[in-house]
Amino acid sequence: MKEPRNALEVEDLAVRLGRADVVRDVSFNLPKASCLAIIGPNGAGKTVLLRTLIGALPHAGRITWAADTVLGYVPQKLDIERDLPLNGRDFLRAKAALAGSSGATQSEALRAVGLPEEVLATSIGNMSGGQFQRLLIAFALLGRPNVLLLDEPAAGIDAPGQAHLNEVIHGLQDSSAMTVLLVSHDLSVVYQYADYVLCLGRHGTCFGPPRAALTPETLYEVYGQPVGFHVHHHS
Amino acid sequence: MSTITPELGSVALSALMAVAAGLIGSFAVMRRMVLAADPISHIALPGIGIALMLRISPLWGALALLLLGAVLIWAVERRARIATEVVIGVTFAVALAVGSIITSGDELIDALLGTPGTLTLREAVLGVVGSLVVIAFVLRQRNALVVRLISPEIAMTSAVDVARLDLYFLLAFALTIGIGLRFLGVLLMGSLIIIPAAIARRFARSLAAMLVLSATTAVVSTAAGTYVASVAGRPSGPFIVMTAGGLFFLSLLHRREA
Repeated sequence: MKEPRNALEVEDLAVRLGRADVVRDVSFNLPKASCLAIIGPNGAGKTVLLRTLIGALPHAGRITWAADTVLGYVPQKLDIERDLPLNGRDFLRAKAALAGSSGATQSEALRAVGLPEEVLATSIGNMSGGQFQRLLIAFALLGRPNVLLLDEPAAGIDAPGQAHLNEVIHGLQDSSAMTVLLVSHDLSVVYQYADYVLCLGRHGTCFGPPRAALTPETLYEVYGQPVGFHVHHHS
Repeated sequence: MSTITPELGSVALSALMAVAAGLIGSFAVMRRMVLAADPISHIALPGIGIALMLRISPLWGALALLLLGAVLIWAVERRARIATEVVIGVTFAVALAVGSIITSGDELIDALLGTPGTLTLREAVLGVVGSLVVIAFVLRQRNALVVRLISPEIAMTSAVDVARLDLYFLLAFALTIGIGLRFLGVLLMGSLIIIPAAIARRFARSLAAMLVLSATTAVVSTAAGTYVASVAGRPSGPFIVMTAGGLFFLSLLHRREA
């Protein structure tokens, strides 16, 4: 049988929460090992879309993941109490046990996100925002996912930390041919790293390679106002 | 009805029950269910009243209603998507009202505060089996419970059946209350689940420390409270909770860093 080329196929997806249509008419195909950036103004349904894709919300339409899909999910800033009696080791050990991965894999995941082993003994309340976010990515990596979904992973992190996090994510994508779905507000990151962009706007959606899909006109339509951005050029 | 050696059997059983309460309480406190523990235990009261009317052991009535209550909370929470504590608060205030009408006199006092005296064999067996089930559940599912605590969505992508885990957790919680009713009564059993875990949380820096400290504090409170109650010839529940409460206030002397 022919190996499917797409990691994800979405057709006429719609999500209704209470009386509100939060996501409407979303259709796209995402090839394996590519990076999709999901953009849009606040309240456009980006987080709802990611949560629907992982199966956490009821929906209309069709979502088809490739048969061999293993998901890793990094949620938006978590609303957990920082004084929970849990340290980095408790976090990773719990996931490793569920995923059946070894202690060596835990070290590997920490190295991949650039965290020192000492973080294992640090309670989550004593971690910086950036450390905690990277721990969550290491956590997602433990199940050896081939698809990584990240909801604004750089939110609340300082500029150097954000740059490092972006390098980590895209380094992972390059080294392990991972498919990445990323919610981002940073259009320069979208241009720099994404193969495809999905915009969820007030008046409809757009999908395509960033340079083709993100014209000043579509950006105006998505955000309802002119959007200025700086495009990084990289080889 | 057959009975077991009162002293030793009762002490061993109360210790086992306390371990179960300390363990399930650890996750209840981390899941912000502190205010839910007491109201949940109140639903046992109408069960006790119904069992007494039917002339069967009050324990069965209490347990049946507690487990039914757990399923009810779970179902309503899933369907209505409202906070568990709202559902619990409303439903179980009504349960307490109904229970106090159909239970009366000395039976009501025993049901509310715990029954002094010897255990029947059936109560002892149920206590041992129930405690072991709760202890095994928490220890075996602790990884899934930790991941669920961090984020239900992460749990879903980690092959955890979140809905089922939530149901099992509520059932284990209800079972813990059921097996402790004999010692602490409807009014106070929730406290033995919550107070030791609240104390442990002030000191613990890891999950293992939290579980061990919480279970140990629950056992110490139960043993000391039961001993003082037996010397004073009074129901054990208030003394157990006073001990746990005293330890909690002592723990406030310890200042948490960060």
